[in-house]
Amino acid sequence: MNSSSKDTDSINTSSAVKKPAKKKTITRGPGRRAQEARRQFLRSVALTAGVTSISLLGFMPIPSEGKRQKLRPPGALAEEQYLSSCIKCGQCVQVCPVNAVKLDDIDTGFGLGTAYIDAREQACDFSCDGLQCVLACPTGSLTHDLDYTHDTRMGFAILDKPKLCLAVAGQGFKGQARGPDYEGLLRYEEIDRWNPIPLKDHPYDVEICDLCVQACPIEQRYNQCQDGKYPSGDQNQCPPERAIGLELIEEKNGVRHMKPVIYDGCVGCGVCEMICPTAEPSIIIDYDKLTKRPLSEQYQTKSKKGGH
Amino acid sequence: MNTYLESLAQLFGRAPRKPRKDELSPAAQKMYFYKKGEKVTKAQLIALHDEHHKNSKNKWRKRRWLTLIAVNLLFVVSFALDIQLLEGALTASRFAGFHMADLNSALQVMLAHKTVLINLLIGIVTVFILWIILGGRTFCSWVCPYHLVAEWAESLHLWLAKRGWAKNYTFHRGVRAVFYVIFALLAVVTGYTVYELISPTGILSRAIIYGPTIALVWVAFLLLFEIFLSRRAWCRYVCPIGITYGIVGVFSPLRVTYDMTDCKHEGDCRAVCLVPHVLELTIKNRSTDIHMGLGADCTRCGLCVDACPTSSLNFEFQGFTHREVKEIEERPLMPESKADSKDEK
Repeated sequence: MNSSSKDTDSINTSSAVKKPAKKKTITRGPGRRAQEARRQFLRSVALTAGVTSISLLGFMPIPSEGKRQKLRPPGALAEEQYLSSCIKCGQCVQVCPVNAVKLDDIDTGFGLGTAYIDAREQACDFSCDGLQCVLACPTGSLTHDLDYTHDTRMGFAILDKPKLCLAVAGQGFKGQARGPDYEGLLRYEEIDRWNPIPLKDHPYDVEICDLCVQACPIEQRYNQCQDGKYPSGDQNQCPPERAIGLELIEEKNGVRHMKPVIYDGCVGCGVCEMICPTAEPSIIIDYDKLTKRPLSEQYQTKSKKGGH
Repeated sequence: MNTYLESLAQLFGRAPRKPRKDELSPAAQKMYFYKKGEKVTKAQLIALHDEHHKNSKNKWRKRRWLTLIAVNLLFVVSFALDIQLLEGALTASRFAGFHMADLNSALQVMLAHKTVLINLLIGIVTVFILWIILGGRTFCSWVCPYHLVAEWAESLHLWLAKRGWAKNYTFHRGVRAVFYVIFALLAVVTGYTVYELISPTGILSRAIIYGPTIALVWVAFLLLFEIFLSRRAWCRYVCPIGITYGIVGVFSPLRVTYDMTDCKHEGDCRAVCLVPHVLELTIKNRSTDIHMGLGADCTRCGLCVDACPTSSLNFEFQGFTHREVKEIEERPLMPESKADSKDEK
């Protein structure tokens, strides 16, 4: 086997080509050539089966029901559509001014090479203003139907750990939101309209922690519009709804405290998750929920059926 | 037309066949007649090779490696310095703002997503025209980063095989066409770009631009397989990108051409070739004409051009390269063939 396979390939000289012809006259029935051809055929079948099975391993890490694996960049289609249409080129990575967009690895199966955002590490703060990743996407995986920041729906913020939240505990916050070693960037319009700066270069000092509200890009735009200063001088850039605010909440036991409440204007960009100063973020992005409404509607239908 | 069909059939895995004598052109028949019994020694071949390549050895390989590294580095430099010259990766990119899309990746996306976007279409058309002009599988050997590392792995394989430490198990070439159909069907049925998961081209290109990934382990596994078990297995037997670009290059004006006039038929070209079936026309009585282009599966890598001791293989751009049409000179017949012809009479 060794010598015969070598003949056909690695030492493909004229002498090697002549050899089998001579043998043919000597051997009868299934000669060496036929035997090698059969072996080659079986090997080829094995190769096909092997490589195809390996390629199908990509299914394993894919969650069922098309749930999102990660927070996707603005404009990302529904997860299954997103995975099928992304050409894995990373042009969205290259245009992001805060380097929020990263590419997935092979451990996510068919998600290999697709773009995601780790909001806690670096959230999308829309400091490009023009949805550059959406414009860069050659396949429309990040849908081109978006026009404005507030049109995006990457996910929906939820107060995941209210017990950790400083506002709920009635505490303020002083210092660097994420400590001195944190590398993430954020844009502050009042400091530099065009360039995001490191979060650690912008310490806070607030009596009741409202960093998530302060930093929210949608809230900032909403407030600018309230003041009559439209973002980029364009009234269309104004978000129609608020995204987050601190509200005074009265619990059942009569305790009153402040609490971040997320409104339907939330686009799920993840800036609140990024800036939350608690060791574990109290507020995170649920990237399967896009607004409050479907949740509450779902709850209503459930309670009607189940009779809770 | 027939040669194009034959070229496509070989791309899909058919073995080249020996032409019947009446298929050879009269000029080719005459040339083969004069070549009968012609013998050449190893020393003569080396002398011939030295004479033909005295100015530069491995000229095309050097040019190709430089081009391949330059193209891939351009992606890196463009991103690192943020000069937006060549954005993206090999699967899809923008060159100075113009959309480019790898034809195979674009095909997989369209099959999986079942939608065509205008930007992607622009990229496909641009790249399609580019590779029609430049020769289809030229992409493989002049751009694909896996080709370069596989080439290095190949020389290691040959070194080991010579000492019996590595084997070369071959597969039927038709298996690549089977893979082509499988991956197309998988994309349609599953809705995922299944091939992209295991494409070493995409994995390597992204790793070069965006930094190393775990996916490189797969590429390393492929290289080990090629080093120890099967020479150039991925490019030869699996990669659908090769077929996609092969089809694009069928009518390409840029190709390696063969002129049998001075050929010694010793087979040095086939020994270095990734796709030796396209060079079987250099075997005696296989070329139907004096001057012929190689088939679509040829990656235009130029290794055979470098290896040929008689400059019988050359790059040609149809309509631009000037080719001298040599008159077939009357040659003295070799003593052996004289005896042959007498016997026949």
